Amino acid sequence: MRTPDLIRFARDAATGNPLRTFFLVLAMAIGVAAVVLLTALGDGARRYVLNQFSSIGSNLVIVLPGRSQTGGFNPGNAITSTPRDLTIDDAQALQRASAVHRVAPLAVGTSEISVGGKLREVMLAGTTAEFIEVRRLALAQGRFLPQGDWRRGASEAVIGAKIRDEMFARDEALGQLVRIGDRRFRIVGVLASTGQGLGMNTDELVIVPVSLAQAMFNSNTLFRILVEASSRDSIDLAKAQLSEIIRLRHEGEQDVTIITQDAVLATFDRLLGTMTIAVAGIAAISLAVAGILVMNVMLVSVTQRTAEIGLLKALGATGATIRNAFLTEAAMLSVAGALLGFVFGQAGAAIIRQMYPEFPAFPPDWAVLAGLGTALGTGILFGVLPARRAARLDPVQSLSKR
Amino acid sequence: MSMALIELSGIERVFRLGDSEVHALRHLDVCIAAGEYVAVMGPSGSGKSTLLNLIGLLDRPNAGTYRLEGCDVTTLSAEEQAHLRSERIGFVFQSFHLVPRLTAAENIALPMTLAGVAPLRRAERVARALRDYGLEQRANHRPDQLSGGQRQRVAIARATIMQPALILADEPTGNLDRSTGEEVMRLLEGLNDQGVTLIVVTHDGSLGARARRQLLMADGALEHDRWRSPQGLTDVCVLPT
Repeated sequence: MRTPDLIRFARDAATGNPLRTFFLVLAMAIGVAAVVLLTALGDGARRYVLNQFSSIGSNLVIVLPGRSQTGGFNPGNAITSTPRDLTIDDAQALQRASAVHRVAPLAVGTSEISVGGKLREVMLAGTTAEFIEVRRLALAQGRFLPQGDWRRGASEAVIGAKIRDEMFARDEALGQLVRIGDRRFRIVGVLASTGQGLGMNTDELVIVPVSLAQAMFNSNTLFRILVEASSRDSIDLAKAQLSEIIRLRHEGEQDVTIITQDAVLATFDRLLGTMTIAVAGIAAISLAVAGILVMNVMLVSVTQRTAEIGLLKALGATGATIRNAFLTEAAMLSVAGALLGFVFGQAGAAIIRQMYPEFPAFPPDWAVLAGLGTALGTGILFGVLPARRAARLDPVQSLSKR
Repeated sequence: MSMALIELSGIERVFRLGDSEVHALRHLDVCIAAGEYVAVMGPSGSGKSTLLNLIGLLDRPNAGTYRLEGCDVTTLSAEEQAHLRSERIGFVFQSFHLVPRLTAAENIALPMTLAGVAPLRRAERVARALRDYGLEQRANHRPDQLSGGQRQRVAIARATIMQPALILADEPTGNLDRSTGEEVMRLLEGLNDQGVTLIVVTHDGSLGARARRQLLMADGALEHDRWRSPQGLTDVCVLPT
């Protein structure tokens, strides 16, 4: 049988029973659409998180006190080791490293801000002029903290956009005196709004010089030290230099953890990538179910068309011809379902992107290919058994059926 | 007499039904020459359909040899038998066996489609067949839009489209009224006049009587092999000698 004839024959056989064909194609389409849509969500989440992290700053190396690795509380650590705190002296010492471009110490605590009878609890960050560069923040109004001696600082504060709106509404904030904790500060700058993001929300942040913050918290420790390496390539070198400096300053003990943004990104990338694969696997189960449905329906079809198969044999069709006809039909149904599912899935992802513009819900190429491939594979694989059964039918018995 | 088209010798066909064995055909020796017109007759269960299926290569004997056009076909593979069916044998069934979703033209073209004949040649031959069988107006109708006579004409056109040497008809008029049946038989006999060997299975005596040779079956064996002289006068074989 010629290939075009085979395809036409299979197509006619498929369209000869529209309801059966419709449901089969629909089942396959739902399976493929599930793969496309769910991986779009998973991969979208991954991209979203990565974007958020990249916006924190580039070439960033973070030094935090304590030796435990990132993420997770280690009870052993908490009991046995008493890490030395990071101090402003440590931060200043880090500036000596050749691979380091900028250093910004960071002390964090909560405090209250009050102005004109309004009182609000805020996150207070004590840092230096370098912070705005290291964190790649932008100012909406005024200026940031001035350069100068880290141990001294003028009573000046920079506030987040949301604090400005809530405390001053339509009034001018710059130059105003506010009370933060038990001290008075003059507002010198307002940060540009960054919207909701991961990590510290700068919209609700109040930034003051690090020395004043430490005085207010009555402590001389730092929450962490943010370091900007001089280039992307020197991140590893910077890491080594930082750890060496800290080790020397801390009597030979390596009691800080140094993490790079790349490491954090890689962790999240791996984590969310694995999640996407897991989700794709779950969605693939529906494809397997669709494949079994293909087999079931094709088996019924063989039974219904027994007389026709007997006739085809009487007319000189070989077993191979009949097997190919049924396999072609199964493959065509699978292809139709896969393509329809692909369209459904992409449309669904597009709708999600319309509804949540900041969420990049694009299905990854590998998932689309795997989804289409699995649909075709299962369709044909599960088509083999019915096709072989059809090819093996005894013509005499088949013909006597009606 | 021309060369033997079909030579059956010592054919046995046994069916197993549970524990019991049913001898559908027992020790059958038949020889049919090319161009003959043979009616296979007998009561139901006498093995005439089994014989037809064997001759049509749809079934295999348990014992004996079947030579078609001089070569032994009992030992051929299913594949090779399918090719022989495609090229040498045409089937006409009592219940027509048309594919319901295909048009009359497509049904007629089906054997050629299966054999992989080029579409252009196919269209040409289908057009001729439609003309020959008076189905030109019906070419694009599906079987359920055709009368019984038209359906059987489509089936005969399909059986002859590959220009086979042998046409096997199993009760071709069984589902037709008398006049339509008569018309169908004339078509089949017309083919026989052109040299095609025609074997008709029937239990209708008057239908069988039209054939020049009648094989009377009973209990899987050949009871009578009766020849009618070409002039249709006497039946020499059955006269006691």
